[in-house]
Amino acid sequence: MNSEYAIKARGLSKRFGDLLAVDHLDLDVPRGQIYGFLGPNGSGKSTTIRMLCGLLTPTEGSARVLGFDVPGKSRGLKPKIGYMTQRFSLFGDMTVRENLQFIAEIYSYPSGERRTRIEELLEKYDLHAQRNQLAGTMSGGQKQRLALACAVLHHPALLLLDEPTSAVDPQSRRDFWANLFRLAEDGTTILVSTHYMDEAERCHRLAILDFGAKVADGTPRELQESTGMHIVEVIADDPYRAQSAIAGLDCVASVTQLGVRLRVLIPQTEPDPLVRVESALRASDVAAHASMTTATLEDVFVAVTMKPVEPDA
Amino acid sequence: MNSLSRLIAIFKKEVRQLRRDRLTFGMIVGIPVIQMLLFGYAINTDVRNLRTAISNEANTHLSRQFIAELRETQVVNIIDTGSTPAQLEDLLRQGKISIGVVIPGDFDRRVVDGSRSAVHLLVDGSDPTILGVANQLKAMPLLFDVEARDSTLPNIEVRAYYNPERRTPVNIIPGLMGVILTLTMMLFTAVAIVRERERGNLELLINTPVSSAELMIGKVIPYIIIGMIQLALILGVGDLLFQVPVRGSIVDLYLAASAFIAANLALGLFISTAAKTQFQAMQMTFFVLLPSILLSGFVFPFDGMPAFARWLGEILPTTHFIRLTRGIMLRDAGIGELYPELVALGIFTVIAMTAAAARFTKRLD
Repeated sequence: MNSEYAIKARGLSKRFGDLLAVDHLDLDVPRGQIYGFLGPNGSGKSTTIRMLCGLLTPTEGSARVLGFDVPGKSRGLKPKIGYMTQRFSLFGDMTVRENLQFIAEIYSYPSGERRTRIEELLEKYDLHAQRNQLAGTMSGGQKQRLALACAVLHHPALLLLDEPTSAVDPQSRRDFWANLFRLAEDGTTILVSTHYMDEAERCHRLAILDFGAKVADGTPRELQESTGMHIVEVIADDPYRAQSAIAGLDCVASVTQLGVRLRVLIPQTEPDPLVRVESALRASDVAAHASMTTATLEDVFVAVTMKPVEPDA
Repeated sequence: MNSLSRLIAIFKKEVRQLRRDRLTFGMIVGIPVIQMLLFGYAINTDVRNLRTAISNEANTHLSRQFIAELRETQVVNIIDTGSTPAQLEDLLRQGKISIGVVIPGDFDRRVVDGSRSAVHLLVDGSDPTILGVANQLKAMPLLFDVEARDSTLPNIEVRAYYNPERRTPVNIIPGLMGVILTLTMMLFTAVAIVRERERGNLELLINTPVSSAELMIGKVIPYIIIGMIQLALILGVGDLLFQVPVRGSIVDLYLAASAFIAANLALGLFISTAAKTQFQAMQMTFFVLLPSILLSGFVFPFDGMPAFARWLGEILPTTHFIRLTRGIMLRDAGIGELYPELVALGIFTVIAMTAAAARFTKRLD
């Protein structure tokens, strides 16, 4: 068994008819870390996770998860992984405790320790008050805590989470991530897909997916340092006019408006980005203040998912 | 060992969910009871009181005697005796009468003569049952004069075996048993699995160590038990309200029912692998249910159907089960005498199960 990586994939691809949902993905997920999949809807995050747990057969390529080849050896893998689906997939017409009980039975959790384990999970995931409530009647955050409790009940070595926070409020998301860090500290490897930048930033490592292909990967810091872009922030009273002034520059790769601020991405091949932006603003007579800043993950995301600029016809 | 405990876990979960699902739970009891009450009381093939009008052009003593006898059969309900043949046709077309009787002016002579028909019956042929009744009326003796009675006429007497009183429920309920079990078993199984797929439960389940076989068997066992309960319910209501006998062995009956339930569950599983939504599962169930009602011998006598329909009917499990129940319940036949029907159900189960297992995989693609 490979001790360094929980997941190793080479050239993993999945084709649905004409659509190449996952395009030759290479993946190395180190053990005991939280690894993020960041990408827009339809970028192949779910498909990849499903291939990694043996739910879908790859069209091409291979993957080794916790030392098991998938999908060939996925039967041996099942007891070792926990999986949280994008949609709430527990039984809405059973109570919290009944759901946990069922999962414990399905995973053949030692019957003598079941009760203790379930109590422990109810406590840990703050579900004690809801233990006799039907799961279907709970709030989004409560459902999500139950789903996580069920996914980790059997102490999986690898946790696969498919957009786990897409249906919950910000406070629940914070609590959820606190739980994930606790699990990672206990040695669980976690693969989590998301389209929230703030969540991606919390991962130890992450891969950015776009149209099924991995466009960047590394730690959040590495990614921020290797965008290949200067980031110029412009604060203007009339951001719309400022944007039109800057967008005319041939060196500008992208302009994103955030309230009164504009984030301007300029390739690092340009020697003096600030001067060029300032002169463009002056030329258009726009009152604005421009300054150099460091890249956020959002900037990274914009930079790596950018379409190649089409030359004007 | 783990495999068995996982199977039990699925079984327990299914029973628990079933107990909370009041509608399904109600249907388990409601469908058999309501259908039996409906069919048992409403379907009656003994036709009586058909509205009839008479055009009596003879108006003789003999013709009036004929009308009196006609009335006594209770098959017809004579609402008018003074119409003309043309009026009869109008009444018939308007649906006001089902039968028109034309007694020609030379009725007396025709009766004695015997070479020409003495009475004309105008019958609403759009309802086959009424046409059948008219054919019965045709056999009514018309010769009232003892001397004139032709003693060479064949005197056919019908003796109804197994149902001497010719009570319809006795024929209906063994067949109804087949139809009810077809509906509930197939529908419940198909919907139970499709519902889990719809709600996303299946995606969770197939990521656990549960195997397809454990999942399917665990889900299906509760429905086998439900089928047995329904059978007991039908037999109980049949005995209590309609005095439908079980002349053969009750063990044989339950053996036959087990084979039949297995066949329907296998079909339900197959449907569940093909349907994506509960609605589709429902549609597919009715696609099978309708021929099961019409072509199984439940509604129409099997031997009376054209060859193609009979051939289709032989494919349906309900056909074989109805033969089994009618045999065991009404004719006191042993299951050994009916073994070809059991074999047919067995073959059906194996084929449907194989097809279902081939289609159901623990993957999503």
